[in-house]
Amino acid sequence: MTQLTPVLSANWNDSDSFTIAGYKRAGGYAAVTKALAMQPDEVIQLVKDAGLRGRGGAGFPTGMKWGFIPQGDNKEHYLVVNADESEPGTCKDMPLLLANPHVLIEGMIIASYAIRANHAFIYLRGEVVHVFRRVQQAIEDACAAGLLGKNIGGKGFDLELTLHAGAGAYICGEETALLDSLEGFRGQPRLRPPFPAIAGLYAKPTVVNNVESIASVPAIINNGVEWFNSMGTEKSKGFTLYSLSGHVTNPGQFEAPLGITLRELLDLAGGVRKGHQIKFWTPGGSSTPMFTAEHLDIPLDYEGVSAAGSMLGTKALQIFDETTCVLRAALRWTEFYKHESCGKCTPCREGTWWLVQMLKDLEAGKGTEADLEKLLDLCDNIAGRSFCALADGAVAPIISSLKYFRDEYIAHQTQGGCPFDPAASTLFESVAH
Amino acid sequence: MTTETSTAVEIEMITIVIDGFEITVPKGTLVIRAAEKLGIQIPRFCDHPLLDPAGACRQCLVDIEINGRAFPKPQASCTIPVENGMIVKTQLTSPVADKAQKGVMELLLINHPLDCPVCDKGGECPLQNQAMSNGRSESRFEGVKRTFDKPVPISSQVLLDRERCVLCARCTRFSEQIAGDPFITLNERGALQQVGIYENDPFNSYFSGNTVQICPVGALTGTSYRFRARPFDLVSTPSACEHCASGCSMRTDIRRGKTLRRLAGDDASVNEEWNCDKGRWAFKYVNNRERLATPMVRGDDGELHETSWPHALEVAAAGLKGKRAAVLTGGRVTLEDAYGYSKFARLALGTNDIDFRARPHTDEEASFLAAVAQTATTTYSDLDKADHVVLLGFEPEDESPIVFLRLYKKVRKGKLIITTDAPFASRGSLKLNAHRAKVSEISGLTSKSVVMVGERLAETPGALSAALELVNKSGAKIAWVPRRAGERGALQAGAISNLLPGGRPTSDNAARVDISTAWGVSTLPSDKGRSTSEILHALTLDSDDPKALDAVVIGGVDPLDISADALSQLLNTFIVSLELSHSAITAVADVVLPVAAVVEKSGTFLDWEGRARSFEKAIEESLNRSDVRILSMLADQLGASINLPTVAATRREIESLGNWDGARITFDKSAITPENSVSGNEAILTSWRQLLDLGTLQGGEDNLAGTARPATAHISVGRATKLGVTDGDLIKISNSFGSITLPVEISEMNDSDIWAPRNSINSQLMANLGAVQGVVTVVKA
Repeated sequence: MTQLTPVLSANWNDSDSFTIAGYKRAGGYAAVTKALAMQPDEVIQLVKDAGLRGRGGAGFPTGMKWGFIPQGDNKEHYLVVNADESEPGTCKDMPLLLANPHVLIEGMIIASYAIRANHAFIYLRGEVVHVFRRVQQAIEDACAAGLLGKNIGGKGFDLELTLHAGAGAYICGEETALLDSLEGFRGQPRLRPPFPAIAGLYAKPTVVNNVESIASVPAIINNGVEWFNSMGTEKSKGFTLYSLSGHVTNPGQFEAPLGITLRELLDLAGGVRKGHQIKFWTPGGSSTPMFTAEHLDIPLDYEGVSAAGSMLGTKALQIFDETTCVLRAALRWTEFYKHESCGKCTPCREGTWWLVQMLKDLEAGKGTEADLEKLLDLCDNIAGRSFCALADGAVAPIISSLKYFRDEYIAHQTQGGCPFDPAASTLFESVAH
Repeated sequence: MTTETSTAVEIEMITIVIDGFEITVPKGTLVIRAAEKLGIQIPRFCDHPLLDPAGACRQCLVDIEINGRAFPKPQASCTIPVENGMIVKTQLTSPVADKAQKGVMELLLINHPLDCPVCDKGGECPLQNQAMSNGRSESRFEGVKRTFDKPVPISSQVLLDRERCVLCARCTRFSEQIAGDPFITLNERGALQQVGIYENDPFNSYFSGNTVQICPVGALTGTSYRFRARPFDLVSTPSACEHCASGCSMRTDIRRGKTLRRLAGDDASVNEEWNCDKGRWAFKYVNNRERLATPMVRGDDGELHETSWPHALEVAAAGLKGKRAAVLTGGRVTLEDAYGYSKFARLALGTNDIDFRARPHTDEEASFLAAVAQTATTTYSDLDKADHVVLLGFEPEDESPIVFLRLYKKVRKGKLIITTDAPFASRGSLKLNAHRAKVSEISGLTSKSVVMVGERLAETPGALSAALELVNKSGAKIAWVPRRAGERGALQAGAISNLLPGGRPTSDNAARVDISTAWGVSTLPSDKGRSTSEILHALTLDSDDPKALDAVVIGGVDPLDISADALSQLLNTFIVSLELSHSAITAVADVVLPVAAVVEKSGTFLDWEGRARSFEKAIEESLNRSDVRILSMLADQLGASINLPTVAATRREIESLGNWDGARITFDKSAITPENSVSGNEAILTSWRQLLDLGTLQGGEDNLAGTARPATAHISVGRATKLGVTDGDLIKISNSFGSITLPVEISEMNDSDIWAPRNSINSQLMANLGAVQGVVTVVKA
């Protein structure tokens, strides 16, 4: 039985975990002192050696990303933290920032020092005003404590930190769209190359990292490569936040080594909603193809999930029990993607428009089995044909739900409508019929 | 030449395989372009060779592998440059690419209305064509299409149909990247994404018409053309633009004897694929109500009466015969027509009193034109190679828009320095990031630099001398950029007193012998000849004055372009007017002979480079004659034939003459005019014409006029503070002649200066101030 490994969440039970005093009491800001005593390249090497991979979804090695920044180019470098968490089901960065904003700031100081950036940005989802305020206060406190600004820790390193509120566009979680938005333009993905490491924010070398990736850095600095590598699996090292939501008894954040299984996590979370069985679940948010009960023992690391035909993504484990209509879930997700498609490219813009209409018809029991082939063919014309990965995510729930629950799609047609009681899947107190 | 060859060698060539065929192209070439070279047409919408790649429409997806490593999914061929070892499979050889393209096409059409039968683009629509060649024959879409109100005007001359838009961003990229006018942008998201304008910045770009032309669907249409014709009912003729000296290649589309639209033509060395809105839309003057169709002769009642050609020519000849007559041609005639005027003056009237300059001018300029401008060889390609371009008395965006586009293209890439002597940072200057400096302050020019001199430099004696000094000192190239399309041709044709055709000095015996031999006459007039202003003055002298003139032949001149009193100087003289439309001149002329407009005749304009822009008649049905044919008839009537019965014959004669290879007139340097000093409420006024203003040839096109920049007077912060005005407040500019009142716009400029547009609404300087520059008094209105 895998045990939880609270690192980022270790002090969340402290009532003052979000304050600088609380953070320092828990050992916070020790890593900055340690890192600033190292050479920047040593810091990069340490993160490379630790094998830290991006926690935003794609799992790109963080140290390698830092190493791509050209050094000695006499240009400004920027660190941008992607805190635009908006994937359906994903809810790890916001609680982290609410409970422990200083761990991100500490990570940013170290990362900026490593890539020789003197200006770093947090692009934060603007709707979560309470988190915004808390991070803002944390930045102010860090400034007052001499941890940001000029000559940090007396080591001659300067860092300005800017907190930017996004205006609520899912596409701005895509790193180049985020950079456009941060520059004041409308967020739409940029043509690559050039990649952000060469020409990112204001066309300067830029690292864009997820909140959790950066927040994991101080612990690595403090405890070393070996400690980090003692957790996780061969290619997926360390600890991470798994977010359980949906039809689960105790939903929430579970910080565990990479490679834990959902069966183990469900045990820790008190199991599926009482009296029900798991039907399907997403390993990392709605953009990752769904799994079923047969996938409960897949190790939840980058390779394990990928081998089973999905992606680890943001480790947003949304649990759906047998009361849920999978078609209804797929339609709701597709409506989200239609709403969030930025409009730049044809397959995503027009495809999501069409998919919603097709799924609505299918949900209403219209159509024949041939329409399922048309639906799949349409997905095939969208996936891998679009400008960025948004559309790939948009078709993931449709393709995977059809793969596992084709009968249920057909049942809608034979019964002339949805065979499920939508109220049965709700989590609020059951309403008397 | 040597440098060009060496750079050509340095370009790395890359060989790739497309659909089994090898093709070698320069490094940096995009896959879609390499395929074109093989004749393989990959469908596309957002791709445009002159715009930065977008990769937005996804129509051009192809399968690519590099050195055996295949991309996992099809790639947009419009965004990927060729690489060694690349193997590309297009829709012709890859089922995956073919399906991807058909899939994208189907998606593009789901929200596209089926209104092709009433769409302006129907019949010449890339979406229609490519849906036929690369789409499915039947749609599988059974849902509800997105609908919008249609059309919405994004300016008075461009309409947007959002339902038809495929969101390729060609229009927005053009506006930003080519014109430097990011006044339209995409907004909203998903399928509701749409082209939009800003709340407070109208789409008043001088180049907005190009967005209509490059729109791959019928989303952007021109207000004046909307619902007017089907493309297959139009007869297209390649033509040249008559509006300025940029030299745009054009296409004129005619239906049943009437111009319905004009498009920018393709000429990579001149206008690339662009033109300005004036060139595109200002053609209604041809059919306006004031247009002349029949010759007229002034009767004893003092009124003009329509008459026959023979009678009109007879009256004209009688009025000119044996009289001391001069010729004013204006700057809008073709090379052939100018040649007609030049030859007519010398042979039929026996005089060198001819001048094409219907604008303020000096003898210094005449000398500059003969000595420098007529032989200048600077071209657009020199601008492409330039390190520094100096603009003197020349505002490219307003006065030669394609020159502006060329400069902007290079400035945008950060590879060109621009210096201007303009009194304030105009919108054009701001886009060009131009430094403002007086000519005496400019340094750092090299042999790759270009000094562009506008016609306005002739308004200040000594300014051309100073410009030439800068050129001679630095070894930079010089270019003379007149505003009107016909001036360089008129100079070449010798429609000026000091030159005969081909740059032959009138004062040179051998040059005169050259021409008299070609013309089959024994002698040519050898007098010095007079300029426009001298001719006008001579027309007012008593007839017994030896310097007096009795008659004048005028082709297309607006007296207010010359001076405030030019018209009054013409009141008591015999005038033969060759004109398109009723004008200030025809109102006082004795004989009025109607001439053909550009679309009704063939001819040639020489652009500012001296490059010949020949065009053929677009309206076959027209009975109107080119000026040269009428002059030839009139010369016959006078008994002094010029033998130029057709434009073609004229062209042949001009070609046979060639250029003068003897000694040129040497430039006669003038002293530089000391700057005016002003005090108190006085200011030094400068001005130029805005591209869209009250110009005669823009008449009748209200949609175009709607996008003209509003007329404002520019003053410095210092003066504004002193006057107690802010942006938009009215000020009164006056002198002893009169006054104008304009809203003010505060700019970065010297406190002593003020600028106002020369010929815009509420700002017609010659008419209201009797001057286009000089000392004025400025007060709060």
